[in-house]
Amino acid sequence: MQEQLVFKRPDVLADVPTHYCPGCQHGVVHRIVAECLEEFGVVEKTIAVSAIGCSVFLYNYILVDTVEAPHGRAPAVATGVKRARKDAFVFAYQGDGDLASIGLAEIMHAANRGERISVIFVNNTVYGMTGGQMAPTTMIGQKTTTCPGGRCLEREGGPMHMAEIIATLGGVAYCARTAVNTMKNMAQTKRAIRRAFATQINDEGFGFVEILATCPTNWKLSSVASNERIGKEMIPEFPLGVFKDAAKEDES
Amino acid sequence: MSAKRIFIKGNEAIAQGALDAGCRCYFGYPITPQNDIPEMLSSAMPAAGGEFVQAESEVASANMLLGAAACGVRAMTTSSSPGVSLMQEAISYMAGSELPGVIVNMNRGGPGLGDIGSSQGDYYQSVKGGGHGDYRTLVLAPASCQECYDLTFEAFDLAFKYRNPVLLLGDAIVGQMKEPVTPRPALPLDPEAGADWKLTGRGERAPRILKSLFLDDGALAGQNLHLQQKYRSMQAEVRYEAFETADAELIVVAFGSIGRIAKSTVRSLRAQGFKVGLFRPITLFPFPEAELRALAGQGKRFLTIEHNLGQMVDDVRLAVRGLTDSDFFGFLPGNMPTPEDFDAPIRAAVKGA
Repeated sequence: MQEQLVFKRPDVLADVPTHYCPGCQHGVVHRIVAECLEEFGVVEKTIAVSAIGCSVFLYNYILVDTVEAPHGRAPAVATGVKRARKDAFVFAYQGDGDLASIGLAEIMHAANRGERISVIFVNNTVYGMTGGQMAPTTMIGQKTTTCPGGRCLEREGGPMHMAEIIATLGGVAYCARTAVNTMKNMAQTKRAIRRAFATQINDEGFGFVEILATCPTNWKLSSVASNERIGKEMIPEFPLGVFKDAAKEDES
Repeated sequence: MSAKRIFIKGNEAIAQGALDAGCRCYFGYPITPQNDIPEMLSSAMPAAGGEFVQAESEVASANMLLGAAACGVRAMTTSSSPGVSLMQEAISYMAGSELPGVIVNMNRGGPGLGDIGSSQGDYYQSVKGGGHGDYRTLVLAPASCQECYDLTFEAFDLAFKYRNPVLLLGDAIVGQMKEPVTPRPALPLDPEAGADWKLTGRGERAPRILKSLFLDDGALAGQNLHLQQKYRSMQAEVRYEAFETADAELIVVAFGSIGRIAKSTVRSLRAQGFKVGLFRPITLFPFPEAELRALAGQGKRFLTIEHNLGQMVDDVRLAVRGLTDSDFFGFLPGNMPTPEDFDAPIRAAVKGA
C-alpha cells in the first residue's frame, strides 16, 4: 500500500527541538505563522522582527531573515524595516510584557500610522523569560513573583485588553483575539493570522492578532491544567473575536 | 565643475548633506534646537523618493533607524541632548548588532531639561559609548556649516565601512547660524551596499540574523573582542585641524563651535606676539591622541577649552600622560561665548609657563 503524507512540517520551520517549556504554546503559534508564510508564498521576501522574551529565539525556528529588536521596540524596528524595504513582508512577534508594557507607545503608534506590517501578540499573562513576574495582562487574583498575594485591582490596576485598544486606532485594517487551546481555536487562529497577513499583502493597513497562550512553568500548572485555564479563566476575561476588519466595514 | 554655493543654516546643511549622500530614510521627533532638520526633510525626503517618519518618541525614531539600517539603507535620525539620551538603547543595540546609521546630536544645555542654548555637555556620552555595554561610535564634530554638510555626507560612508553607528556631535551655535555652503555632487544610490549582511528576505540563500544576543559559552567575549578590534581600526579615520601649532608654546585644544571661536582668539593673540596655536579635534572618537602626544613630545603645553565643566580635557590628559598636562577653562553652558571670553584664560595659561 502506498503511503500518503497528509500532515507535514512546513519547510520554513526548523526541524529542531525548541527551548520552550513543555506545554508552552509558542511552538503552536510558530507553526501556524510558518504555515501562513508558506501559503502566501512570502517566505523568501519575509523579514521578521523578534522581540525580547522567550520568543527572542524565533529565528532559531522560523527560518527567515530576522532582526532582533530591543525590548518593546519591535513595531518601531518593523516600521524602519518596512519603510526601507517596501517589497518585503514584515512581521513582528511579541509577548505581553514586551508589547503591552514597555512597548505600549511603539505598538499604538505603529498601528495608528497604519504601518504595512503584521504583529503577532502572544498573551500568556506573565513575564516568562525573566521568571514569572506580573505582566500588564496578569489577571486579577493571579499570583506572580512580583504580586505574590495575587494581582490586586486597587493596587496594580486590571489586565489590559490590547486587541480592544488596538482596534480603536485608525490605521488598523484587521485586529482579532484568538486562542490555541482547542482544535477549533487553532483553526480560528490560523484564519486570523491569514487575514492579518493579507492586510499587509493587499496594502490595506496594519494587522494585529492577539493569541491567548499558556505558560505552565510560571503558572505552576501542568500542561493540561494550563490549557484548561485558557478556556475557564482567560477567555472570559479576554473574549475571542474580530474587533476590526476593514474589509467587512467596506461591505457594510 | 563646482557646485553653486548655497546660504543655509548648519541644521539645513546636515539635512542637505544627508540627502546628497544618498540617505533615503529619516526618522525624527521634534526638539529644539534642531527642528530645521525634520522640517526640511519632511518635504525634501519624499521628494527625493525617500521615507520621512515623525516618530512617537526618540526611543522609537532610533529603533526605526535600527530597522532601516538592518536593510542596508542609508538612514538617519537627529535630535538634541535629552532626545539623544532616549536613543542610547537603540544605539547600543546597533553597535552590538553591527548596524550602520547616522545619529545627529545638536547639543543643548543640561543636565535634565537644561536650556535650548548651546553646550558641549554631551561629550562623555558621545565618545564613551553612551548606552550600556562596551562599545564606541565614530563621533564627528563640525565647527562650521560647511563641516555640518561635509561630515554628514561622509558619515554614511564611515557607518557602512565599519558597520557601526556614526554620531555627528554639533551644537546649537553651528546648527542655528547661517553660512555659505558648497554642496557636493549627489552620490548615486548603491544597491550593493551591505550586500553580504543586510536583510532583503532570504530568497534562495540561508536566512540572515542580525542580533546582539550571544548566549553560548565564549560567544559574547568573542563578539566584544571583535568589536574592540574594529574600534581600534577606526584610528585610521582621525581628523583634526592644527592652526599655528608648529612654533606654538601653548596649544589651545577645543572642538566644534568652541574650537572655531577659540581660533579667533588665538589669531588675535598671535598678532600681539603670543606664541599660541589651536588644535581642533574633528573626530572625537577616534580621538587624535597620537597627534597631541607628538606635540607634547615637542615640549608644548596645553589649555583645553570647552563649553562644559571639563570632559574632553580628560582625553587630552590621557593623550599627553607622562609628558605634560593640560590646563582647563570651562565656559558655562547657558551663556554664549565670544573670542574675548577666551582671551584672559589663554593669556594666563601662556604666563603660567
